[in-house]
Amino acid sequence: MLTTDILIEWLVKIGVVFFILMTAIAYVVLLERRLLGFIQMRLGPNRVGPFGLLQPLADGLKFLFKEDIVPLEADKALYVLAPMIALVPALMTISVIPFGDKIVILGREIALHITSVNVGLLVVFALTSLGVYGIALAGWSSNSKYSLMGGLRSSAQLISYELALSLSVVGVIIFSGSLDLVEVVKQQNSFWLGFIPKWNIFTQPIGFLIFLIAAIAETNRVPFDLPEAETELVAGFHTEYSSMKFAMFFIAEYANMVTASSMATLLFLGGWYGPFVDKFPLLGPIYFSLKILFFLFLYIWLRGTLPRFRYDQLMRFGWKFLIPVALANVVLVAGLALLIY
Amino acid sequence: MDAPIINYIPILIMFGLALAVATGMVLSSSLFGQHVPSRQKLMPYECGKDPVGSARERFSVKFYMIALLFILFDIEAIFFVPWAVVFRKLSQDYSKLFVFGEMLIFIAILLVGYIYVWRKGILDWNK
Amino acid sequence: MEKVFFIIIASLSVAAALSVVAQRNTLYSAFSLIGLFGCLAVAYITLQAHLIAAIQVIVYAGAIMVLFVFVIMLLNIREEELRVDRNRLLIFSVPLGGLLFGLIYFGLKNFKIDEIKGAPVGTSEAIGQGLFSKYLLPFEVTSILILLAIVGSVVLARREKDGDIEDIEDDEQVVKVSMAEKSKVEETKE
Repeated sequence: MLTTDILIEWLVKIGVVFFILMTAIAYVVLLERRLLGFIQMRLGPNRVGPFGLLQPLADGLKFLFKEDIVPLEADKALYVLAPMIALVPALMTISVIPFGDKIVILGREIALHITSVNVGLLVVFALTSLGVYGIALAGWSSNSKYSLMGGLRSSAQLISYELALSLSVVGVIIFSGSLDLVEVVKQQNSFWLGFIPKWNIFTQPIGFLIFLIAAIAETNRVPFDLPEAETELVAGFHTEYSSMKFAMFFIAEYANMVTASSMATLLFLGGWYGPFVDKFPLLGPIYFSLKILFFLFLYIWLRGTLPRFRYDQLMRFGWKFLIPVALANVVLVAGLALLIY
Repeated sequence: MDAPIINYIPILIMFGLALAVATGMVLSSSLFGQHVPSRQKLMPYECGKDPVGSARERFSVKFYMIALLFILFDIEAIFFVPWAVVFRKLSQDYSKLFVFGEMLIFIAILLVGYIYVWRKGILDWNK
Repeated sequence: MEKVFFIIIASLSVAAALSVVAQRNTLYSAFSLIGLFGCLAVAYITLQAHLIAAIQVIVYAGAIMVLFVFVIMLLNIREEELRVDRNRLLIFSVPLGGLLFGLIYFGLKNFKIDEIKGAPVGTSEAIGQGLFSKYLLPFEVTSILILLAIVGSVVLARREKDGDIEDIEDDEQVVKVSMAEKSKVEETKE
């Protein structure tokens, strides 16, 4: 039943998680700039505050006071709507992501997730599948050639890699027998031979790699950042966007990165599990954050290292390599499950 | 199956919050930002030159094909989900090979379509 | 509480559906339809049909509508071309709409809502168990249906494409443009 207690608990959790998410996004941007600087033998932004820690705040203020340009020939309503469509689903996914087991605060047992629904995994997929509209719409409504090309390319890329992404998690569902993300993590709790954790990455490494590659493509990051290939398309679908509307696409991209990293952690790396987490459940969120941080670092590292795919290479890789391998992986994992259970 | 529907309400609240934040951001930039419009500034960006022709050009049919194939393969991919969920339960109720085999047949038929598309060159972006 | 929620969702759905029909710009119609699918998904969740709700968003809103939006952008029909005589279309649309409404009304007239109470049928477990045991044959036939759809779409697209492919290749041989421009040429070509 819906009581005031539950409602207050939800609102508090949503508030806290949302605040942490936004802060995390701001600081991932800073981390990326500093790390890229480090990789490229330069300093990166270090002037605003100690170690440049206040840089995100300065960036935010700058976004706020920059001129808000709406091109004359743009479709005004859709032009404004596009960044909203990109941002809203990207921020919503966090609501079904569990980041720890239950803890007790002030004598009240609190589960460390905003909510747990029995199709949590599909909720995330449904929300990410809507992200394509923000990009397609931004490209079309700007009435600029670069935007339209970037938007179309990006949409085709997103839907192509979405197939591999959904096929790669089938193996995980076979093992968990549930779409509830909490159940998916709990199934990875125990150990083999007493010391190898039962993480899905060990039973289905191919699935993990496919998921990782497809997730990087889904978030439009290097080496799949074709939509904003600046050498040919200026900035792709957000060429014409400025001020806060540009920031919204930016936030959406980083929120999607956080979501993708969390999903990789939940599905393949045992979520919040780690040493001593059974005795001290508060360690759960810490392990979870560390694992996410690893993936975020991977994102940045790849950006500092890899060149960009050509578009035909990207399409060929997605359709002719990832999808058949993902299908074979489904058969393989199903066979493995037959042997184990 | 026993998770109550009210667990979906936080997602709805989150939707409201995200929508409010998005609206707030759109409003704030038009509120606080300066506005000094000029004709050049509001033109579509084309590397500093005046834009040539219309941006609403027609596009390659390849994008259309990709979207079409995506629908078909996405429907097939979604069928894997309920199968995977009941995989272990059904392999106890029936024989293991039955559950495995029924999906093998499905994948085999899917592969026929996939190979057909491949052989027809639809997946070759350069053609 | 549940009833109030249903009324909100239902009226939002109807509003979105009306907007699909009433919009002049086809892209606005498409996005109203996506909104409608979102409302329907929420309605499915209230009916305990979680998997159906997720599929509603993933397949309908996330896949089929992508094709719609692509086609609208791809064809890019100018607004003048769209200005068909709406009143003439009313002659067909009103009787057809009335017929459909009548069918639904008589279909549901004797239907009691209590009859469907019981075990939820739209959860992933329920659908999985039904689909992969009792309704296995329809499931496998579905895959053949999809196969036919794949073949059909390829045949349709190839017929129109054949001529264009040669055009592009000719252009490329003649112009010998740089790599970046080449991809641009390919994209802007029909």
